[in-house]
Amino acid sequence: MKMYLNSIFADPERTARLMDIAQSSFLPLLKGAIFYTIPLTIITFIVGLVLAILTALARISHVKVFQIIARVYVSAIRGTPLLVQLFIIFYGLPNIGIIIDSYIAAVIGFSLSVGAYTSEIIRAAILSTPKGQWEAGYSIGMSYPQVLRRIILPQAARVSIPPLSNSFISLVKDTSLASLVLVSEMFRKAQEIAASNYEFLLVYSEAALIYWAICFILSIFQQYFEKKLDRYV
Amino acid sequence: MISIQGLYKQFGNLEVLKGINLEVEKGNVVVIIGPSGSGKTTMLRCLNVLETPTKGVISIEGNTLDFSGTVPKKNIAAFRRLTGMVFQSYNLFPHKTALENVMEGPLIVKNENKDTARKKAQILLEKVGLGDKIDFYPAQLSGGQQQRVGIARALAMEPKVMLFDEPTSALDPELVGEVLKVMKDLANEGMTMMVVTHEMRFAREAANEVIFMDQGVVIERNNPEEIFTNPKEERTRKFLNMIQ
Repeated sequence: MKMYLNSIFADPERTARLMDIAQSSFLPLLKGAIFYTIPLTIITFIVGLVLAILTALARISHVKVFQIIARVYVSAIRGTPLLVQLFIIFYGLPNIGIIIDSYIAAVIGFSLSVGAYTSEIIRAAILSTPKGQWEAGYSIGMSYPQVLRRIILPQAARVSIPPLSNSFISLVKDTSLASLVLVSEMFRKAQEIAASNYEFLLVYSEAALIYWAICFILSIFQQYFEKKLDRYV
Repeated sequence: MISIQGLYKQFGNLEVLKGINLEVEKGNVVVIIGPSGSGKTTMLRCLNVLETPTKGVISIEGNTLDFSGTVPKKNIAAFRRLTGMVFQSYNLFPHKTALENVMEGPLIVKNENKDTARKKAQILLEKVGLGDKIDFYPAQLSGGQQQRVGIARALAMEPKVMLFDEPTSALDPELVGEVLKVMKDLANEGMTMMVVTHEMRFAREAANEVIFMDQGVVIERNNPEEIFTNPKEERTRKFLNMIQ
């Protein structure tokens, strides 16, 4: 550490070089974040959330087959590493003739993962809504999907915002795994840059700071949403 | 108008309703009393099909559900619209304002347009004395106010029968009057009502008929005057002695 700092500040030429690399790598990293990391996060979270709602509904339905499918799905995804799942989809499936573009493979992999983990959040949130809410909906003639969509899910949403934010922020960082299936998201950009100039500490720290900044902004949104949905409680 | 024939309801091994037979005429206000566990709430919930009877036939204004076979969901939904239900714990939708609570049924179930639904909801809320509270969320209302919104919400679906399941039991004593007043007004307008309650004064003042239930059967039914002053059955007498 001391040596590294010494090497930076004792040598004006090296300092200048590092400043230069920090500056010139910032834009490519930011591009990686804006064009790949962030869209990948948002798309997979939306797809994952839809999967999660369906899975949660299957888990609480009275149809045994749905329950079993949902249980197996959640168990398989939670029981295997995300990286292994990504490798199976991107490197494994071509062996049986299914070739998927790296970005799509990442979307599929992350969505399946988000769907499994957040389905438990959604299920708990739905179950935490009092039974009387269902009854009140039914008593004015609403159907199951109507009660679910208009009465239960809005209330479940409020309860699930803090844990869902957690998952979302985790996902931002998990997308760095996509670098290993050749998606040119921010971390892969960082690897490429560092490979050409050997300034690993500098470039990876820079990437880390950008991740941190994104997550910080997200947690501000979380607070905003919580406040907004808290108004009636 | 309402007819219940051979109504049975079993929860697991527990038989809660053991063959209820009951007719209620249009415009009547029927108060159902009885000790806890007598099945009065279950009977009311069966009329709204919040509980599915084990067997029996219920019918309201010519619409009949026969539970000896399986009943299609569509028929249940249609049948539910004949009754309005008021719950002991109000069960208002907490994420919707008083107005939105009342509008929900007409808007979503009846597909009324927003303006019509809003106007109707406003009139109903004025009727229950909450014209100045339409934009309040349930959490901002007292228990009595919430229950009055609950009544307005049920009325918005223009039911043929109003079912009240211990509507004042969760209220602070000083708030009971305002809810009972709304119910009395409704009775005076000729609404057919079935009310499970412990408010004997309401039964005396507003009911045409009082039904005493115990252990899943109807023990005695009569006009309030008779049943309170001159009960025919021993069990009715015992119960009334206990609560008075």
